[in-house]
Amino acid sequence: MSARALTTHRLASLVPVATIVIVLPLLFPSAYYFRVAALVFIFALAAVGLNLLMGFAGQVSLGHAGFLGIGGYAVAIGPVHFGLPSWLCIVIGAALSGAIAFLVGRPILKLKGHYLAVATLGFGLLIAIVLTNEAGWTGGPDGTSVPRLVLFEWRVRGSDTWYWIAAGTFVAGAALALNLIDSPTGRALRAIHDSEVAASLLAVDVARKKLAVFVLSAIYASVAGSYLALFNGHITPDISGFLRSIELVAMVVLGGMGSIAGSLVGAALLVVLPQALTALHDYEHMALGLVLMGFMIFLRQGIVPSITAALAGRAT
Amino acid sequence: MAETLQFFFSGLTVGAVYALVALGFTLIYNASDVINFAQGEFVMLGGMTTVFLALAGVPVPLAALAAVAVTVAVGLALHRFAIEPARGASAVALIMITIGASIFLRGAAQVVFDKRFHSLPHPFGTEPIPVGGAAILPQSLVVLAGAVVIVVLLWQFIDRTLLGKAVIATAANRLAARLVGIDTRRIVGLSFAVSAAIGAIAGILVTPITLTSYDVGSLLALKGFAAAMLGGIGSAVGAVLGGLLLGMLEAFSAGYISSKYKDAVAFLVILAVLLAMPQGLLGRGKVERV
Repeated sequence: MSARALTTHRLASLVPVATIVIVLPLLFPSAYYFRVAALVFIFALAAVGLNLLMGFAGQVSLGHAGFLGIGGYAVAIGPVHFGLPSWLCIVIGAALSGAIAFLVGRPILKLKGHYLAVATLGFGLLIAIVLTNEAGWTGGPDGTSVPRLVLFEWRVRGSDTWYWIAAGTFVAGAALALNLIDSPTGRALRAIHDSEVAASLLAVDVARKKLAVFVLSAIYASVAGSYLALFNGHITPDISGFLRSIELVAMVVLGGMGSIAGSLVGAALLVVLPQALTALHDYEHMALGLVLMGFMIFLRQGIVPSITAALAGRAT
Repeated sequence: MAETLQFFFSGLTVGAVYALVALGFTLIYNASDVINFAQGEFVMLGGMTTVFLALAGVPVPLAALAAVAVTVAVGLALHRFAIEPARGASAVALIMITIGASIFLRGAAQVVFDKRFHSLPHPFGTEPIPVGGAAILPQSLVVLAGAVVIVVLLWQFIDRTLLGKAVIATAANRLAARLVGIDTRRIVGLSFAVSAAIGAIAGILVTPITLTSYDVGSLLALKGFAAAMLGGIGSAVGAVLGGLLLGMLEAFSAGYISSKYKDAVAFLVILAVLLAMPQGLLGRGKVERV
């Protein structure tokens, strides 16, 4: 397949996603469904960014919720303390996340495997600790309220509006990611994933490419964090807690590493499942743990790649 | 001076617990390359099971023994039903499985036990022993003694017994170990059992000082993991050293800088060590073959 055909093929996978985005609302009986779906798309956006890092460059991050927190608190602190408009704070948060990722990523990404895991984990925890302790800015462990997003003098509220914003941004983010994968940078990243030594022998600037994708994934997470805070109207340091980071990794791994559609499926599973499990109440965590283990044991390639492989196997 | 000594004692006590958790990580990692994030849950299970058996009227020493047995059973079940079926999965997938197990165990503890904090009686009283102007709780000495006994026993087991040598062989090269007739699956199972026992004992010993609840495991696992990394993963001596060092760092930064940022300082130093010495203090470098 030529490179051009491959690109159109890859982007073509967005068509069903876009169709789902448009058709779903017709089936929604109440605002609650819009709310859950908006959350799915917000988390899917962060998962797509993390997937670029994990699925393509092969670098794990157990602290990505730190960037969710930076984006989230940017829209909480900016409007209240500096009188900035919320939309500008989304941009500032993303820029700040990118800058921090750039500074931190340079030394951290030299580490490999479990050492990279513990370094990113420590980084995420540090952000959560700062957010918890700087109560003057962040409201401390109880969090703080977040002013509504105002666009062109129009206050954005209501789950249906947020549904369209989140879904639109997700589709744009997914398109960007798919384009990146098929660019020379994307090929370089996959080469790094397979073997860093071999990639560097092919004149791939390994450190720079890894850093670039780390910064990009931080920006995805930051925007998702901003949306999450604006949508909920409230934010607590839990947004950058260890469990959140794990949730993001779980979305990527459950859906399928290296599969953009998988990130959406993974996000949907981990957002919808707890909603469905609230009926079980006390058993919620047990069920969540079992699901996580079960999927990783029996579908270790992730949901979407496993299904794709099964379908391909039937076709031949 | 007395102040410094006081921080030293509290750092030593906490550090001993981190060291035991890190040792558990190291055992399982060496035998199977799995980073077991449910290690902290072993500590929680040890403490909580003892507390609830004691509440039910079982004498504390008996309850403690039963708690270790229960935790070992959980460790073996974890290996049999979650790790063993996932053989050959990627490192990230295995990490997610053990994190899933940790969430499951925490959820189960919340249902079986409750969500409150619990303590155990101090067997040697709560009268602090004065040492050079500072004071140390009798139970802190118990924790330290327990840690020393466990480390010595483990070392003797690994160094002196045939089974211990099989553990070393499995850690060094699994295929070669199988070729000389070692049942590596049983060795991995054994490492889970021993890890669980070590975690449970640590949990029981420290409960009178730090209290326990269904969710104490996650932070302990993170600190233990960090301690193991600090020492250099795969090195048992490194794990103990890393644990003690981490405990000291925490105690001194809490005392001299800010107790709010106690956890932060610990992780900052770990980041610094990792960046300066990417293999940890005692870890061996790995050469990537192309």
